[in-house]
Amino acid sequence: MKIAFSTNGNTLESLLDTRFGRCSRFLILDTETNHYEILENTQNLNAVQGAGIQSAQTVLETGAQALITGHCGPKAFKVLHAAGIAIYLADNRPIDELAKALAAGTLAELTDADVEGHW
Amino acid sequence: MQIAIASGKGGTGKTSLAVSLFLANKDRARLLDCDVEEPNCHLFLATRFVSRTSVEKRIPLLNPDLCTHCGKCVEACQFNALAEAGKAGILVFEELCHSCGGCTFVCPTGALHETPLKMGAITRALVAGKAELITGALAIGHTETPSLILAVKKTRPDPEVAFTLIDAPPGTACAFAAAVEHTDFVLLVAEETPFGLHDLKLAIKALQKMEIPFAVVLNRMRPDFSSVLEFCKEKNYPLWLQIPESRAIAETYARGGTLLDAMPELEESLRILLDQCAEAMQCNPKN
Repeated sequence: MKIAFSTNGNTLESLLDTRFGRCSRFLILDTETNHYEILENTQNLNAVQGAGIQSAQTVLETGAQALITGHCGPKAFKVLHAAGIAIYLADNRPIDELAKALAAGTLAELTDADVEGHW
Repeated sequence: MQIAIASGKGGTGKTSLAVSLFLANKDRARLLDCDVEEPNCHLFLATRFVSRTSVEKRIPLLNPDLCTHCGKCVEACQFNALAEAGKAGILVFEELCHSCGGCTFVCPTGALHETPLKMGAITRALVAGKAELITGALAIGHTETPSLILAVKKTRPDPEVAFTLIDAPPGTACAFAAAVEHTDFVLLVAEETPFGLHDLKLAIKALQKMEIPFAVVLNRMRPDFSSVLEFCKEKNYPLWLQIPESRAIAETYARGGTLLDAMPELEESLRILLDQCAEAMQCNPKN
């Protein structure tokens, strides 16, 4: 299964970036092979509007089935939810730790946006 | 001629000046309330309602039966108003749409077509029989401020009405720019505070870039401060009217009265103010 993480770093030890729409980059982890790839999010970092929507688009194009991030606004939630991607919220902990927490079932799935747009 | 009443800082007295300027010149002026996010000129005027028209924007409407999920519309949208959510198909975020029509243009199957969405309204009312007040009001939840301001400014005056006064929104961002753009002259209302001076400078910078002539009206003039006065003198900016800091004006305003109610002797100055704008415009090399 592929998991997307919003992050500032480039490795599995990097911390989660709690922003979603305007995070620096995404780390996409394949839990079966433990391989990962990095996707820059520069374009959305500087977007005038709709950064969450485009970040959601980026995540779903990677084929990820789950997303772990800090917060998720209503528009990003709508896109991710419609695409069937499960969203989990977490603090800025290391990515590998969060991957284990997800596998252990200790992260709760988000059922609606947890913040307003432009929070 | 179009004259905008603007300021950098909010609360310096734009509406107070605009309303009284309108009343003092109601035989030759009309007033456009272009502070469309919170229009309030009508609160100070005894108006007779004439008409209200909706202002719409065009947004894309999707026919899912024709959509092939090709994603061309998502790619074309410069405003991130469209997203392709996998098997759920195309999602439209109408509040982000700028009505450019790009998505419907690139759609190869005709699955998108433009449909109107109400974003606000323009109300026409009359003051003292024939002087016209036009009010733009943005619908709740909408953010298309500049588009609505431009729609209000497009309303045509009676040919006999020489002056169109525009009560502009505060700030120096898009809404301000939309209100002052293509006007002949701007009256900048400044107040005698550090914040007032700071934002006056920002507004002047914006107007100079837009090449719109202006003059300053100093409101709430105080004997113990003269920073705006000194600034205008130093830069040689025209300062055409000074309104004193006065409890009587504040009390009248709080009861829904105007500057003219509190200081009827201002009427003459407010008529001269418009004449000065007209003169300045004639002297402007652009004309």
